Amino acid sequence: MRIELVKRPQHSILFSALSPVVALILTLLFGLVLFALLGRNPVTAMYIYFVSPLTEVWQIHELAVKAAPLILIAVGLSVCYRSNNWNIGAEGQLVAGALAGSILPVMFPDFQNFMLLPLMMIMGMIGGALYAGIPAILKVRFNTNEILSSLMLVYVANLFLDWMVRGPWRDPNGHNFPQTIQFSDAATLPAIFPASGRASWDFVFALVAALVIWFMMEKTLKGFEVRVMGQSPRAGRFAGFSSGRIVIFSFVVSGALAGLAGIATVSANINQLQPVISPGYGFTAIIVAFLGRLNPLGIVVAGLVLALSYLGGEAAQTAIGISDKTASVFQGMLLFFVLASDTLIYYRIRIVRSRERAGEVVHGHS
Amino acid sequence: MDIAEAILTTVATASTPLLIAATGELVVERSGVLNLGVEGMMLMGAVSGFAVTALTGYPWLGVLAAVIVGAVYSLLFGFLTLTLVTNQVATGLALTLLGVGLSGLIGVPFVGHPGIQMTSLYIPGLTGLPYVGKLLFGEDPLFYLSIVLVIGVSWFLFGTRAGLTLRSVGDNHGSAHALGIPVIRIRYLAVMFGGACAGLAGAQLSIVYTPQWVENMTAGRGWIALALVVFASWRPWRVFAGAYLFGLLTIAELNIQAVDLSTLHQLPGAVYDLLALIKAIPSQFLSSIPYLATVVVLVVISRNRRLTMMNTPASLGRAFVPDR
Repeated sequence: MRIELVKRPQHSILFSALSPVVALILTLLFGLVLFALLGRNPVTAMYIYFVSPLTEVWQIHELAVKAAPLILIAVGLSVCYRSNNWNIGAEGQLVAGALAGSILPVMFPDFQNFMLLPLMMIMGMIGGALYAGIPAILKVRFNTNEILSSLMLVYVANLFLDWMVRGPWRDPNGHNFPQTIQFSDAATLPAIFPASGRASWDFVFALVAALVIWFMMEKTLKGFEVRVMGQSPRAGRFAGFSSGRIVIFSFVVSGALAGLAGIATVSANINQLQPVISPGYGFTAIIVAFLGRLNPLGIVVAGLVLALSYLGGEAAQTAIGISDKTASVFQGMLLFFVLASDTLIYYRIRIVRSRERAGEVVHGHS
Repeated sequence: MDIAEAILTTVATASTPLLIAATGELVVERSGVLNLGVEGMMLMGAVSGFAVTALTGYPWLGVLAAVIVGAVYSLLFGFLTLTLVTNQVATGLALTLLGVGLSGLIGVPFVGHPGIQMTSLYIPGLTGLPYVGKLLFGEDPLFYLSIVLVIGVSWFLFGTRAGLTLRSVGDNHGSAHALGIPVIRIRYLAVMFGGACAGLAGAQLSIVYTPQWVENMTAGRGWIALALVVFASWRPWRVFAGAYLFGLLTIAELNIQAVDLSTLHQLPGAVYDLLALIKAIPSQFLSSIPYLATVVVLVVISRNRRLTMMNTPASLGRAFVPDR
């Protein structure tokens, strides 16, 4: 018995819509198995994981807190991945953005007026964009593999942040804790509805970014360029599109959004810099981007789903004592199932028994 | 001389995991498959190797378990990219992301658990030789295994018919298929070999290098191994050179951080001043050297487009759907 792929004459619209759902269902089924293996009642564990974090209003706010950076980063990554540029260093760009955005509140704490927050956000975007520009320029100029260079820069950014909060930016009155001074109120991104929870304006940024990038990708020439260069660089070159410019463009856009995610989540939720400011948002966002099928609007939904997995992990740890590492296992499984389900869009799957001869179908050759 | 000898011995220990993982990935890439999951496979090997060693008391069983787990785990990648023709870059990333999570979950009971270190070789008479004794005859068993591995892979790829077949699959899967070579089966075997090597490399970290389990203990070595394959332009002996260069860099950085200047006043003035200067650099900057060096090395190697094109397996990363 073996599995054979038969290329569909056209890609299946049904499965384009259905594949993320198929992936989610498969992940949940395997989740039941995982909980059973961990010696917990699977149904109870499932409830605690995926339903209990959504039962009260303040919890919905927590969902938005986690989803905002994921959506911001993933929307940017979708531009990169659509253009076939593999930026996997968003975690480092997030840190670079958080550092650049913190220059004003940490070094000039007395500068407090209505311009402060916009300036912080813009500086965060510039920081992330510049940091993402490094692998982009190396790719264009020296043909350097952007996957490896962007990832290596994550480690460098994290070490640099570590040095900053232990060295030059350490709070002199902070009892030697590795952290900067607390941001002033003027430097704190406010909550949208402070009465019911702490979800702040970064969630609105995320929704706006998704809409803007969606519009750009679908309705503008730039978006068309990005998509053409991703699908067929040869055709793009005939059309006169510059591949180098697209590399820089997509990296700068995704770096800027990752940088914004960094400074926004620091300003809204942590209020100071610490050695660790992100639970791996930059990597989880890769999964968000694929679950959202690289479509900014799909990514909004996917971001909420992945945010729920973080909350579920925390809830399961407190309620039934299983490690919150299960969250990253769920996230990893989900990406596998998303990728596997995507095969159904382009191919029909045939199970061939060893005796049977397969051959009547003309196959596409990639 | 004792210090120099000790440092050189640790260089070998630091280089071995990079060498093993990169040699495995080299075979995978020579067959035309790009598996970015090395980091995840190494973590799975590290945690399973540590767990089995801790539970049974036998480091060798741990090593064996890590090899098997690495190979089986890589099958997940193989099934998706080879049978379901998913995107290799994305699937490799998925393998790493899942490996980080899964190894963390499996390792929870083993955090802070005392490990058992594999004993180094000891040959009476030889190991005690001055200068070279400990270097040549007193290393850990996985060091010798890694050398055998490089010799074996080099011989296999360039000295055997099977190796030629594997390279032909990596260079032109269409022609190889037309000649009746089972492209997909060969790629499955290559992927599993790469997985086994990554698992072994992970076990070296948790059983030999630092006998303990720490979450994410590979610290990017899987990615550095991937870079080494590019650096080596897909040749086993250049992988060896690259791995030892990085091992040397890591150990130099660690030793400079650890050295106590006040004990070194007998050193010549210039050397002492240089050391003092390096010591003044924050440790975080020194720790980022291997990552920055990786980027620099990649830039230097890949700036010559023609050379890169000539050496890269032509079908690397491209999906293959057989037409029957």
